Amino acid sequence: MAIRINRDIALTYFLSGRKMTTVAILGVLLGISIFIFMNSLSKGFDRQSSESFFKTTAHIRIYKDDVLSKPLSQDGFSLIINPKVVPAKNTIENPDNLISLVKQNPEVTVVFPQVASPVFYNNGQSQITGTTIGMPPAEGNKMYHIESFMVQGSLAALETNQNGILVGSGIASKMNLNTGDNISITSSKGVNLNLKVVGIFQTNNSKEDKTKSYVNLNIAQQLLKEGSSYITDINVNVNDPNDAPALAKEFTSLTGYKAEDWIAANESYMAASRMRKIVITFISLTLLIVSCFGIYNILNMTVTQKINDIAILKAMGFNGKDVIRIFVYQAITIGTIGVALGIVLAIILVNLLKHVYIGGDIGYFPIRFEPVVFLRGIGIGLFVTFLAGYIPAKKAAKVDPVSIFRK
Amino acid sequence: MSVLEVQHIEKYFYDPVEFKVLDDIVFDVKKGEFLTLIGKSGSGKSTLLYVLSTMDTDYKGKLTIDGEFVSGYDQNRLAAIRNEKIGFIFQFHYLLGDFSCLRNVMIPAMRLGKFSKEEIEEKAMQKLRMLGLEDQALKPASKLSGGQQQRVAIARALINDPLIIMGDEPTGNLDSKNTQIVFEILQELAHEKGQTIIAVTHDNDFAKASDRTIEMMDGRIISLGK
Repeated sequence: MAIRINRDIALTYFLSGRKMTTVAILGVLLGISIFIFMNSLSKGFDRQSSESFFKTTAHIRIYKDDVLSKPLSQDGFSLIINPKVVPAKNTIENPDNLISLVKQNPEVTVVFPQVASPVFYNNGQSQITGTTIGMPPAEGNKMYHIESFMVQGSLAALETNQNGILVGSGIASKMNLNTGDNISITSSKGVNLNLKVVGIFQTNNSKEDKTKSYVNLNIAQQLLKEGSSYITDINVNVNDPNDAPALAKEFTSLTGYKAEDWIAANESYMAASRMRKIVITFISLTLLIVSCFGIYNILNMTVTQKINDIAILKAMGFNGKDVIRIFVYQAITIGTIGVALGIVLAIILVNLLKHVYIGGDIGYFPIRFEPVVFLRGIGIGLFVTFLAGYIPAKKAAKVDPVSIFRK
Repeated sequence: MSVLEVQHIEKYFYDPVEFKVLDDIVFDVKKGEFLTLIGKSGSGKSTLLYVLSTMDTDYKGKLTIDGEFVSGYDQNRLAAIRNEKIGFIFQFHYLLGDFSCLRNVMIPAMRLGKFSKEEIEEKAMQKLRMLGLEDQALKPASKLSGGQQQRVAIARALINDPLIIMGDEPTGNLDSKNTQIVFEILQELAHEKGQTIIAVTHDNDFAKASDRTIEMMDGRIISLGK
């Protein structure tokens, strides 16, 4: 009952100061919607950039790192110290065994061996330099989703045609290639092969599109004059890309080869993305807090205006806690309405931007509904409005009725 | 039977200089008594009233209300005692301007929480009717005349049927006709309902007509009345 009367009084004050409360609600509304909107955007950027990474990069890549020669020593004395890269082959020994070892980990979703070779695409007199990736097509598709950015032909054709090749759209346009045409490529080892173009892909990353091609594993091995056991990389995808660093460490100790996660491989890009995230979080949080100054301001004014009311309520037997409740109720009412409307506005903003076409390799604006961001916005919004109400309420609770009546 | 006992109450003001505003106040008030406190400005009568009201706790001495020794209680307990046992009437009506008269009267009872909202509403209407204000009940408190507002304030003071009704110049702002009305209401409450009235006043006629008058000067009681 006592609680109900506190709420009644809060509501009456809320309604009698309609203009001021409307302004405060608008403040919270804007703060919350921009907070949610900007954080959704930040999430979208992250997703977009990791998606574009994973078109060409595995979550974890296992390869043989270069080894430095050890000093030649006898009885603890170093006789020859001349550290140099040991001219060993960069092949992985017994790759099948290693693959089955990695596959035992329940987090692993895709594993396949890969051989990359630098090549020239020959076009009459001129040559285009590039890289061809040899891999089992089906697994490669599972990892890179090549099928999703094919513009001509199909990935399945690569499986059926051992001498097939998928080329980037940049190479295709420079060499005037279409599916069914032949292309001659030369490797750094001097091997020359004639392959049939079975598909053209377009990642929208022009550097990739102008240099990259995909072939079957044995073609890449032939280009390097190696046998079928020659494997340079083993690519691994895992359930959650964010777990990659921890799993990479595990694989390093498990296999004895260097396992590098995508985050470490793209450190400078990741640093930029972290910085962007910090800036967005900082700005959006500041906006949210500034919007709550409105509530603080209005309650502060209400407390000053209603100081006689507070004194009379105290005289009639309301205690400090009741007074705090009255003003905190008011703040929370403003906050709740502001947050609710803010969510509506955020939904509208996200919906509008989702349909804005940017172009390039981004396509549509990379934003979508992020339930986590919405929940966080609601939580932070309500907490900050509570604080904005609590501080003036605390002041109101301290009002000494005698000093008011004696004036 | 005394409802209020005051034993050796002393109080100092420290600002701007130390000043003894109440000096060894001793008296008690019987149930159903209509008591007035008079004295010149600065005699300490209002200060004493606020000590008796439990709102001012910065004093030395002992205060007993309804057999309960309340000096040293914390603010929350004192608030609960005020809510249940004391009703206030101020010189300036001090109604909550955003509420209707009826709701103003209902608030202390809602805080007490002994009755349902419907019962409280019924009771509040009955008090307003008793004071001749039933047709003003739903008007905002700020739209009434001074005399009417003071009567609403009295209705509010009565809603919890308090043991003691305290007034700080309850008629100080009223014309003679309204003063007469308020006086009669208070007297009726004391004599017919057995509620105790303690009122500070400047009005000598008002004081003379009450049951007993305590006169103060320079923080001391100089006459305990009859």
